[in-house]
Amino acid sequence: MFDPYFDSVAAFIAMGDHGFFVWSAYGLSALLIAANMLLAVRRQGRVRAEIARQARRDAVKVSPKSVETNQ
Amino acid sequence: MAIMWKTLKRWYHQLGSPRYFYRFCEAVLPWLVPVALAVLAVGLVWGLLYAPVERYQGNSYRIIYIHVPASSGALMGYIAMGVAGLVALVWRMKMAEVMLKALAPFGAALAAVSLLTGALWGKPTWGTYWQWDARMTSMLILLFLYLGIMALQNAIRDPRQAARAAALLAVVGVINVVIVKYSVEWLNTLHQGATLKVVGESSIDPSMKWPLLISMAGLWLLYAANVLIRARTEVLNRERRSGWVRRLVRDGEA
Repeated sequence: MFDPYFDSVAAFIAMGDHGFFVWSAYGLSALLIAANMLLAVRRQGRVRAEIARQARRDAVKVSPKSVETNQ
Repeated sequence: MAIMWKTLKRWYHQLGSPRYFYRFCEAVLPWLVPVALAVLAVGLVWGLLYAPVERYQGNSYRIIYIHVPASSGALMGYIAMGVAGLVALVWRMKMAEVMLKALAPFGAALAAVSLLTGALWGKPTWGTYWQWDARMTSMLILLFLYLGIMALQNAIRDPRQAARAAALLAVVGVINVVIVKYSVEWLNTLHQGATLKVVGESSIDPSMKWPLLISMAGLWLLYAANVLIRARTEVLNRERRSGWVRRLVRDGEA
């Protein structure tokens, strides 16, 4: 059962005479799925950076006032 | 029964809270992504390299190991969006709006994968890349529904207004999922009938069924991971003014 179906690497790549169809199907699928995962991670990074930037701006704006009221 | 209902209710309320949901993602995602990729790899290597050849179609049938997982993922994702849409419309639950937005992009990608791999399987098997038959046309409509929902969410500035419009389209579009499912049974189509059945005997040999089920589990888990990443981002974006997000940012954890 756990012997590969194909005799050689060349036969595996050729897929009978269906190599073009099988490998372009898997290639396009991998491209779309990987791109989608990367876009999700990238957007997460952008939102986090944006919130951190906003927090730093707020900290600068708040600190002189709080010093004033403390005195 | 009463305990089950109570657990379900608690779970609904907890995951309905953005803050709890964020913590849930932090706990689950670090292992969900590698597990999903590993399961998918096992299924695909088994299907491409070890599974026997199909008698009539030859090796082109091996496209099934990505075509069926992607198609079923796109359909299940749409049903989940329909449920999230209904909850968003009826109870105005914020997390349902977030899920509605998070489910769309990967679902759209899977619908596109389904159409592309279907075309590449159709050429050597039926002699044509495309035919305007019921199964293929309804699957194309599914892709357009996904893209329409994403476009609505991006076009309307107010996130709550955008969610209501998208939710309405998501709920109405569930009819199309029913058409996709039964198109091969009720109508005369080029596409073959279902070979995997939840109830009753599948017409696919076990030596092909197992790698198919494993690839399916892997791709669905990857979809889940993608949704959790997107939902977590959306929660942070919407809750950026709240105390818990500010504390996370301050402690350098967000």
